[in-house]
Amino acid sequence: MQKSQQTHWDTVIRPRKGWFDIDLAGLFKYRDLILLMVKRNFTVLYKQTILGPAWVVIQPLLTTLVFTIIFGKVAGLPTDGMPMFVFYMGGNVCWSYFQNCLVNTSNTFIKNSDIFGKVYFPRLCMPFATIITELINFFVQFMLFLVVVLYYASRLKPTITPNWQLIALTPLLLIQLGLLGLGFGIIVSALTTKYRDLAMLVSFGVHLWMYATPVTYSTSMIAEKYPQMMGIYMLNPITPIIELFRAAYLGTEVYSYGYNLQSVIVTIVVFVIGVVLFSRIEKTFMDTV
Amino acid sequence: MSERLLEVDGVSKQYRLGMIGGGTLHGDLTSWFARIRGKEDPNTKIGMEHYGPNETFWALRDVSFTVDRGDALAITGRNGAGKSTILKLISRITAPTEGEIRIRGKVASLLEIGTGFHKELSGRDNIYLNGAILGMNRAETNSKIKQIIEFSEIEQFIDTPVKRYSSGMYVKLAFAVAAHLDPEVMICDEVLAVGDLTFQQKCLQKMSDIAREGRAVLYVSHNMRTVSQLCNRGLYLEKGRLAYDGTVEHAIELYGGSGERSVQQDLSDAPRPRNRGITMRMLDLHFMNTQTLEYSMDSSMEFRLKCVAHIDEPHLRIRLILKSSISTPVAMTQTEPFEVKADETFERAIRLPLDGLAPGEYVMKLSLNSATPRGGSNYYDTIQEVSRFIIVDDPAVNAGFLWSERVWGNFRLKPLEFID
Repeated sequence: MQKSQQTHWDTVIRPRKGWFDIDLAGLFKYRDLILLMVKRNFTVLYKQTILGPAWVVIQPLLTTLVFTIIFGKVAGLPTDGMPMFVFYMGGNVCWSYFQNCLVNTSNTFIKNSDIFGKVYFPRLCMPFATIITELINFFVQFMLFLVVVLYYASRLKPTITPNWQLIALTPLLLIQLGLLGLGFGIIVSALTTKYRDLAMLVSFGVHLWMYATPVTYSTSMIAEKYPQMMGIYMLNPITPIIELFRAAYLGTEVYSYGYNLQSVIVTIVVFVIGVVLFSRIEKTFMDTV
Repeated sequence: MSERLLEVDGVSKQYRLGMIGGGTLHGDLTSWFARIRGKEDPNTKIGMEHYGPNETFWALRDVSFTVDRGDALAITGRNGAGKSTILKLISRITAPTEGEIRIRGKVASLLEIGTGFHKELSGRDNIYLNGAILGMNRAETNSKIKQIIEFSEIEQFIDTPVKRYSSGMYVKLAFAVAAHLDPEVMICDEVLAVGDLTFQQKCLQKMSDIAREGRAVLYVSHNMRTVSQLCNRGLYLEKGRLAYDGTVEHAIELYGGSGERSVQQDLSDAPRPRNRGITMRMLDLHFMNTQTLEYSMDSSMEFRLKCVAHIDEPHLRIRLILKSSISTPVAMTQTEPFEVKADETFERAIRLPLDGLAPGEYVMKLSLNSATPRGGSNYYDTIQEVSRFIIVDDPAVNAGFLWSERVWGNFRLKPLEFID
């Protein structure tokens, strides 16, 4: 017992206290785990599929094609005078990145309860690995999108005019989208440890959400038809991101940069709430699953 | 000089009763709505013991102990005494309700091996992944991967997806990673000691190496023989409280004298299969020639069984089935048929000769039955796990070696004889 006055301990485990007990240093220490998880996600995703990684490309192409036919040709929704295909594709790659981040992090606790029940590591490793995986998927789709953009921009009479200053903002937009998806996803994952039915809500909720976002139409259409609704409409944090993305690569007009600031604030709030809630749940969720 | 590696300081863990489980929002809303209207909660299970929202259960209560370098600490106690909860708290799977746990150095908790293994990945990829989950970074794994592969003895398949592995290869690989963690404190659950004998020996060897190298091992097992083989200190937990902290021998004795090894057992409320224990019921069991339910080899067990009969049965038998500690049936024996009359409480003293039964832990299953005319058995009452007892190993009887249950089974046959 004579040594109990030693003061240096590497780990101190305490009861769950307060709301801001977040282990970000641990997350950094386990960065190798995050990378290995990303690698695993990729290896596993395309094992025993015929087309393998080609799915990353086929998915956005087909979706965009369907959007072009249904919303562009059949419904005749306006695309701000942009070529339909590239207009829908821009919205779609952004939206599917966000959607995948959200959906694939929203089941973190349930999906990993086997591992979480046996070994400790910072639980946030899992959702972070997910958004990095999705980011890589996004880049593949993004390359495809760039090819389409270049095609339209380099024609004799260019139909789109990329805005280079705004293009420089792309990394920020991607980080914002990822953090939003992660934030919402881990909030849901924390709540699903108690309420399983939230998982149902997510699966169809994101589909509804997509229609509240200018993926298959343009914001200007809402601004013209329902100007009094714009304040509510622009509360959707994804909308200004997609607007800015299109403005950068296609040269559409940005409705208002003020909404982008609002969206950034929402992102930060959602992300912080998510991380706090997640960190609180992770300490005791094994007692409730 | 010993150095402290782990301090568990006044730790308690509380679980809420009744409210746990995968609730749905709908369920909670209807319960809440019923409550505010003063109606009965529609989601309470009828006939279930009802726990209010504030009723709680302390899985651990104010437990404190310390672990120094070189300690091999056994944590013993009955099921539900809080052994697993302690391991979970130290391995940070769930947080304590009160108290503090302080750790120096790295803790590797092997509540399972191969955690996070993915079937589609190659053996090599899984080493990295599993290593990272257990807290090794890439550089550490790189420096050890050669040893790990060598230890696993599956070099030629290391780049094959583990789904093609046999279960033996899988376990070998998983243990190879675990064995090279080099933690300061290693936490082992008994699940680790599954698999074939050589593997089990390897596990135990590795664990005692760790303690000998000046690190520490925490070991939980119901197998008292491996406990006494491996550990140099013992804790005994009872109902979430630390009842003893001291020598491993005494901790085992305490465990031996508890619960299912109690010499006096009330069987009247023991769980039974459906429709048993109605026309006839076992009431009470008392072991006579022991205090600890430990028997030496080739001795005999004597007990007294009290039962009540509600019907006449001219050919009642008391049947006893022995199961090994992992619930594999080992042997059966029964009494001669005897007559009982309706509404009679009868008590019989019985001797069970233990000749030939190998050292180890056994579970007793008792039943009351009678022979049917067609040679079957008609069961009146059955209790699956009545008591556990131990046949103590004695190398003097076994020609100098310790009995190895997993290789040699549960019976010591008489010596082979030369007949030429």
